Amino acid sequence: MVPISYYLILSGILFACGVTGFLIKRNIISIFMSIELMLNGVNLSFVAFAAQWHALSGQIFVFFVMVVAAAEAAVGLAVIIAVYRTRETLNVDQVDLLKL
Amino acid sequence: MTHLIIFLFFGALCVAGAVNLLVQRHPINSALSLVVVMGSLAVEYLLLGAEFVAAVQVIVYAGAIMVLFVFVIMLLNAGEEEQTKGSRVALLFGIPGMLVGSVLVGWVLIERTGSQSVAAGALPGAPRTIGWLLFHNFLLPFEVTSILVLIAIMGAVVLASHPDSDQGRKES
Amino acid sequence: MTPDLHLWLIPVLPLVGAAINGFLGKKFSRQTVAAVALLFSGAAFAMVLFVASRFSSLTTPHVEFLATWIRAGAFQVDFSFYLDQLSLVMLLVVTGVGFLIHIYSVGYMWEEGGFYRFFAYLNVFMFFMLTLVLASNYLLMFIGWEGVGLASYLLIGFWFTRDSAASAGKKAFIVNRVGDFGFLIALFLLIRHFGSLNFEQVFQSVAPITPESGGAGLLTTVGLLLMVGAAGKSAQIPLYVWLPDAMEGPTPVSALIHAATMVTAGVYMVSRSHVIFERAPMALTVVAIIGTLTALFAATIGITQTDIKRVLAYSTVSQLGYMFIACGVGAFSAAIFHLMTHAFFKGLLFLAAGSVIHAVNGEQDMRQMGGLRTKIPWTFWTMTIATFAIAGIPPFAGFFSKDEILWRAYQASWVYWFIGLFTAFLTSFYMFRLWFMTFFGEYRGTAEESHEDSAHDLAHDDTRAGAPAPHGQGHGGIHESPRLMVIPLVMLAVLSFTGGWIGVPASLGGSNRFERFLGPIFHSAIVTEGGSATAAPEKETDGHEPQTGHGTELLFTGISVFAGLVGFVLAWLLYYHDPQLPQRIAAGLGGLYEAVVHKYYIDELYATLFVKPLIAGSALILWHGIDQDVIDASVDNGAQGANEVSDSIRHMQSGNLRSYAGWVAAGAAVVIAYMVWMGTR
Repeated sequence: MVPISYYLILSGILFACGVTGFLIKRNIISIFMSIELMLNGVNLSFVAFAAQWHALSGQIFVFFVMVVAAAEAAVGLAVIIAVYRTRETLNVDQVDLLKL
Repeated sequence: MTHLIIFLFFGALCVAGAVNLLVQRHPINSALSLVVVMGSLAVEYLLLGAEFVAAVQVIVYAGAIMVLFVFVIMLLNAGEEEQTKGSRVALLFGIPGMLVGSVLVGWVLIERTGSQSVAAGALPGAPRTIGWLLFHNFLLPFEVTSILVLIAIMGAVVLASHPDSDQGRKES
Repeated sequence: MTPDLHLWLIPVLPLVGAAINGFLGKKFSRQTVAAVALLFSGAAFAMVLFVASRFSSLTTPHVEFLATWIRAGAFQVDFSFYLDQLSLVMLLVVTGVGFLIHIYSVGYMWEEGGFYRFFAYLNVFMFFMLTLVLASNYLLMFIGWEGVGLASYLLIGFWFTRDSAASAGKKAFIVNRVGDFGFLIALFLLIRHFGSLNFEQVFQSVAPITPESGGAGLLTTVGLLLMVGAAGKSAQIPLYVWLPDAMEGPTPVSALIHAATMVTAGVYMVSRSHVIFERAPMALTVVAIIGTLTALFAATIGITQTDIKRVLAYSTVSQLGYMFIACGVGAFSAAIFHLMTHAFFKGLLFLAAGSVIHAVNGEQDMRQMGGLRTKIPWTFWTMTIATFAIAGIPPFAGFFSKDEILWRAYQASWVYWFIGLFTAFLTSFYMFRLWFMTFFGEYRGTAEESHEDSAHDLAHDDTRAGAPAPHGQGHGGIHESPRLMVIPLVMLAVLSFTGGWIGVPASLGGSNRFERFLGPIFHSAIVTEGGSATAAPEKETDGHEPQTGHGTELLFTGISVFAGLVGFVLAWLLYYHDPQLPQRIAAGLGGLYEAVVHKYYIDELYATLFVKPLIAGSALILWHGIDQDVIDASVDNGAQGANEVSDSIRHMQSGNLRSYAGWVAAGAAVVIAYMVWMGTR
């Protein structure tokens, strides 16, 4: 019997790590991975609450989050490839002009 | 008791993987740590009885999305991160802000939930029940997400195709 | 049922002419502009004649209501017009002389630029002057008062590209404003204490008040303040300084505005307010003193001036002083009589001077003239008539009016009479000085113009009225003015000769019809309780005067004629017989002469006392202090502040992804904190 708060703390830690990674990483792909980490943290809390309240829709929502994450990852990486082609760099600090 | 031990073990693994993601300089190392995190999370889901979600987590998330990440890292020859001077604001405002935000939310949630516990396998999420819900109550969102995926495919293909080439058109 | 004479047409007709010429005149030909101007001013004159013909059937005062203007509680001001004998006389003078001067101006200004503008301004002046004269309340009169000031400014500065003309216009307007300030305060006092500015109401409220003895009563204050206004408009001490400078304007303007009509507005206003003045003896004394001093002062300056128009300007100031003496001793009808005759001969003098200036191609210095009487005969003879009129030689017009004033002045105090007599002598002297210097002796101007044929003169006289003869540039020597200019001269000469005959006093066998005509106005019953000797009421002059008075009056008449003749002889002596004599006298008088020639340095005094401190203070406080440091600075600093704020915020938009993420995280924390706080409250 694990208290629900333990799951929530774990979820929070994962989310915080994701935000920190977003803030301190310079490689754009690493930043993307931090975003995935954040999403995973949130998924955990969804499932935890679904178990607590016996509402299966929590798990359904996790399913949808995963679908969206997949789509987002696909498109995002395509964008990264496109930017890399013109800028020749993956360093996010060097891509700061709106004009390509 | 075993429930708690398993939870703690894989929880620690999650956190270790997350921290490693932050610490590593080469993106491939970060990607692999992320895979570890996802695997541990799958176990946590199993502990909560979400079988279908755990399976989907491993197959889709760790198996497809992360593979995609690794492919892209390879494609772009991403090397170790350069140490460029970033933004002071991010460090100055962002991290404290994030800390404050997460602490607050955590505190609220924990206070609300108090000492309620969840048993292992509390809510069986069998594929049959999930599927039934998905195609009955959540049919519309399901169809919308399928369109979303279609759009994502088209977008990815267009964006990543070589300029001045008709490759994107010819692929289905 | 009082007949409706449509009095409002009288001012409005010239206004219509002004509007047409003002807005459309630029596209008209000169003939059209002149026709429009003459048509509308002539129509006003015709209207006045019509009203005059119907006058005997009216009950006076005849008031016509046009529209309500202000209604504020119990206080009401209307656009309504007031016709009685006084305003009828003023109307005839203004429209009659005005119309003649319009005709003259067509010829005089024919070659000038801005022809349409001149006539638009002239008609605007007529509108405002007629409003002033016909107004039935002080506020409408004030509108006319201000309006003629405006028209005067516009016309003095008509050649605005000349610095001196523009400055003269400004000076006239500003000095007038000082007077208007006094006028306004008087109006405020009237509203405060009588609740109305309507003539009938004010005079009815004032009538029962006993005359104030000693200084500081309400009516005295009102009277003194009204006199301040009149001093500004009618160029009395200390506000006369604008009138000599106003000669920068074209000569018809000097004739109409600064001789015949506008400057007389002060006299009209004081006469109209005689009900107030008669109950404030101290104010009347002040009026008389100001008039006396001004008459003497201006006459002394006039004898040294060399510009022909300046002499006439100082003469105007001096003659206006006479009118105020008359008002000050209570002889209001004598003042109006002199106003009328003065309009005739002074208007004629100015127009003839314009003709002279036209003849010698723009020269205005009398020292460059001389011997012109054979070359410009019409101008010479008309100007001669005017000079005799102003010198007070019988039977010309000025004699009767000036004599009336001197006689009444004597009855108040011999001091007024003596100074007035001396001034009459000075007047005669400087006018004949002008006459001799201009028309007699040898021609002293630039030689080539003097030898042109006199056949030219005849050719010019035969030109069609309306055809131009350029009066600026050398068209060929000294020539008579075109008929369009000569005809008004002749008509005014006739009036200067005969105009006094309606006021022949009983002592000389006449019946003084003028005074009897104005009698019903100035015969107001005064409640005198030990009234002071200076406020002598109008006397009955319809022949019942005791015979003993006539002897003294005839004696004084003789003395004043004698003074005029002495002036003539002295002028003949100094300027015809022995032309070197004046210079020797001037050299002998040294500093005194210098002071008089420089107009007693009054302009310099005013400049030091008022003008320079005002300009310095205005530059320091208003310009640098308020305009630059407050208004400009606030706008500039506001803009700069906005600039700086946006400059500092601009750095947020760096394009750096991580800083954006940082801001988002911080913002999210704030929002979460807020929600938690709201949730736990």
